[in-house]
Amino acid sequence: MEKRLIKDENDRVDGIFKVTGKAKYFAEYELPGLTYGVLVTSTITKGRITSLDTRAAEKAPGVISVVSHLNKPSAPAYEQEGGSAMKIFYTDKIFYNGQPIAIVVANTFERATYAASLVKATYTKDAFNTDFEKAVGDAQAKKLQGQPDYKRGIENAYQTAEVKVEEKYHLPIETHNPMELHGIIADWRTNNQVVVYAKTQGVKATQGTIANVFKIPIENIQVNSEFVGGGFGMALRTWPVEIATVMASRQIGKPVKLVLTRMQMFTMVGNRPAAVQTIGLGAKKDGTLTGITHRAFGETSVYENFTEGVVNMAKFMYQCDNVNTQYTVVPVDLGVPIWMRGPGEATGAFALESAIDEMAHALDMDPLEFRIKNDPEKDQQRDKPFSDKNIKEAYRVGAQKIGWSERKNKPGSLVDGQWKMGYGVSIGVFNANRGRASVKGILKADGSLVLQSATSDIGPGTGTGMTLIASRVLKIPAGKIKFELGDSSLPQAPSQGGSATLSTVGSAVNDVCVALKSTVAELAANSNMDATANFADVLKKNNLPSIEVTKQSQAGKERDEYSMYSFSIHFVKVKVHSLTGVVKVDKIVSVGDSGTIVSPKTARSQMVGGAVGGVGMALTEESIIDHRFGRYINNNFADYHVPVNADIPEIEVHFINKPDPYINPMGAKGMGEIALIGFSAAVANAVFNATGKRIRTLPITPDKILAS
Amino acid sequence: MINFQYLRTTTSKSALNLISKDKNSKFLAGGTNLIDLMKRGVTSPEKLIDINHVPLKQIEAVGDQIIIGALASNTAVAEHALIKEKLPLLAMALNAGASAQLRNVATVGGNMMQRTRCGYFYDTEMPCNKRQPGSGCGAIGGFNRMHAIFGTSDQCIAVHPSDMCIALVALDATVVLSNAKGERKVLFKDFHRLPGDTPQLDNNLKADEMIVRLEIPNNNLNKNSYYLKVRDRASYAFALVSVGAALELSDNKIKDVRLAMGGVAHKPWRLTAAENFLKGKEASAENFEQAAKLAMTDAKGFGENNFKLQMAPNSIIEALTVAKSKA
Repeated sequence: MEKRLIKDENDRVDGIFKVTGKAKYFAEYELPGLTYGVLVTSTITKGRITSLDTRAAEKAPGVISVVSHLNKPSAPAYEQEGGSAMKIFYTDKIFYNGQPIAIVVANTFERATYAASLVKATYTKDAFNTDFEKAVGDAQAKKLQGQPDYKRGIENAYQTAEVKVEEKYHLPIETHNPMELHGIIADWRTNNQVVVYAKTQGVKATQGTIANVFKIPIENIQVNSEFVGGGFGMALRTWPVEIATVMASRQIGKPVKLVLTRMQMFTMVGNRPAAVQTIGLGAKKDGTLTGITHRAFGETSVYENFTEGVVNMAKFMYQCDNVNTQYTVVPVDLGVPIWMRGPGEATGAFALESAIDEMAHALDMDPLEFRIKNDPEKDQQRDKPFSDKNIKEAYRVGAQKIGWSERKNKPGSLVDGQWKMGYGVSIGVFNANRGRASVKGILKADGSLVLQSATSDIGPGTGTGMTLIASRVLKIPAGKIKFELGDSSLPQAPSQGGSATLSTVGSAVNDVCVALKSTVAELAANSNMDATANFADVLKKNNLPSIEVTKQSQAGKERDEYSMYSFSIHFVKVKVHSLTGVVKVDKIVSVGDSGTIVSPKTARSQMVGGAVGGVGMALTEESIIDHRFGRYINNNFADYHVPVNADIPEIEVHFINKPDPYINPMGAKGMGEIALIGFSAAVANAVFNATGKRIRTLPITPDKILAS
Repeated sequence: MINFQYLRTTTSKSALNLISKDKNSKFLAGGTNLIDLMKRGVTSPEKLIDINHVPLKQIEAVGDQIIIGALASNTAVAEHALIKEKLPLLAMALNAGASAQLRNVATVGGNMMQRTRCGYFYDTEMPCNKRQPGSGCGAIGGFNRMHAIFGTSDQCIAVHPSDMCIALVALDATVVLSNAKGERKVLFKDFHRLPGDTPQLDNNLKADEMIVRLEIPNNNLNKNSYYLKVRDRASYAFALVSVGAALELSDNKIKDVRLAMGGVAHKPWRLTAAENFLKGKEASAENFEQAAKLAMTDAKGFGENNFKLQMAPNSIIEALTVAKSKA
């Protein structure tokens, strides 16, 4: 019997496993005959492989095979024309520097690593460009529409407004860098049975991708991913290197394990795309917004297109009759990006929420007051009421907690020696999603409950949230409930992304528990038992070892009637050193307005994690490329700066915690994205309030403070 | 695999014997840098001679000097009562370096021997004259935000990454080196080299020598000293610019002063001209500004690191101001 360290119904159900090392991550599975794959990557940025000499590697001790475009096994989907995904090992084309061109498989990791260094490639080289900002400014460079243009009212109305702000904002590439390195164990067994241990945000998605590439029945593939050491979006797809590992296993008939290096995490598993955005805002002198224009350019790759919701927020977040947006993606010779926490909305919110602050300053208004004045009554984009929105209350609570009344509207007013203090605020918003999911519930005669669904938990505390939902419906203590996930053989659930898991899977958990409850009630009535008899007694009386119910749950027409969003307000206090340019975040208050809070402890952790990620986005994170070579130059944890403990001050989290009456049975909305969205602007706005320096290019490093 | 021999020894004598026999041997102490370099393929020694068990960990006052053994850990030095009292600048500099975990295993000698963190040096696909003489300097015309503004050459603009060494050069330390035949002493300021035409050489340690100890003269600078490290995050980041400042004040007059900077040169950068200017003068804001200006003579930016031309003098002023204000 495990000794519980903290007796709290809200505890993370897998917390003890995680902190004692019992939680098993993909790379820790030991399969009989396991072999080790190590990638060979391109050292040029664009061109073709003319030769690949694998002889020395093949002769090296312990090497079983070198798989590349020269000898790849059958992957029927890649043999067909068309399709947009990179067809790894089915092309000799090089699209970016660091692209995998072969996988060396050996009986130890060290031997595979050494043999990979013996593979020699020659290339023909083509001219390339990895500089996104250069491509944006180059009239000749290819540009693609990322989203249909949007217009409400008069286009560019800001230009003729009484007060106008027009500014440009720049974001660098950010790399997700979860602590757990990406990879996979693939075991292609006889009769085309494939077992996979993956790091994935969607076991069903991984299963489907493998089935599709190799054209084998989906039932042949078992994907396991019980624990994931962080994803932040980068594990939302099955990457070409994972397919390469499955190919290698198919070729050698043994399980193959691939774990990327930290350097490879920068090139082949996505990134937050760089962006250049222009915001135009127009307002009357009394602070009424009269025009919003948001034009954005986002980075994409030449071999696959990637788009995200960079300009979404401008369309509905503020009351404004004249709004137009444009989103263009610009391909560069780098690996394809992928959603990173808060995805495009976080990118867009940096620009929009900075510009809102700039407008408030231009109007000589308190930025909080300016926001409240332009808080929308309804969603003007969809012409629908919001299902639930408590922004004004959130502003009030956050302002009180950060000490907003201490703030002076005039920048540079609060000084302590060489330190200048300032306060900033911003809003974050993300679509409150609800998808379709199925959950199986097994109520046992011993009074315990097992719930099963093929969802994932990349860290938010999904198992905990689901357990608490079930516990509240069935009045069973959380300790008697087990929620099983991360297994593709379980009932269908979507990938964990877009802050939708609690809403989607949680609804199915709710429905299953309601159904179980009524089944038990029926049994009780039929066996002349009291309606309040406990489940175990009812099952025993009926000689049932267990009862099972599976339910599918999805949204209904309420989504057509209401506009559903989660909101967050971020308040930040900073101090900026006049001589060195160092910015220190002094205090953080994040207020979540995302319906009912199901699991207070893990919800708070989500918000804290978002704030830490936000500090990184605002102050430290940037993936740097030497464009002469097309190679990353700071691709390690010493040089790619995520915030450390010493960078993070007290973080106060507050929730409005009012149920959304329409979204789902719990009234709960997602929070993973809103924890980060807008945060970077709150920091930039605080830096401006402290110093009068408006930094429009992230991250806000000391050199930028000194230069402006 | 790239095989190498691992040897462990418990005496300086046998360590020196082993290193003299094989030019492609390296001493292994904390290993916090060397192992990384081996993993990245930057260096491939045939022999690693583990000297962690050689008894060179002393930290003691002897006569009018403080002696620190080459194998004392960074943590042991930083936490030692004698160092905190007599050489607080050194303790502060050490604590500004790396992370607690790294400081626990990193040694004084290893800290001196650590190589630049220039990204071009670490990526074997990139040009780097330090790693591969004649291949060119990637940082010139490339990503040079972290790079040197003093003492550069057209071969190399890398910086020495140590914080500890900034304090040691300021404190007039002497390095004691030993080979199989005997000991020799080198002033700390002469231990590391400028890149010149031989950027592959970081310092003047000979292939058959080991660092055995440091000798640091006693001083009266301990009341008013401060190590300022300006960096992109509050811990575990190399300096954009760092300043070690120590003052001996009589009333408000500067009797003695030490100034050295990190993150600006291929070696710990002592600011002699600024020191000479300040000696005998009032510890005033105006004089600190003048000193900072003097310190920047001959500074040269390479584009992305131009901000250091402003950050460096600002940091000198700040470090002197804080040092002065200490009670």
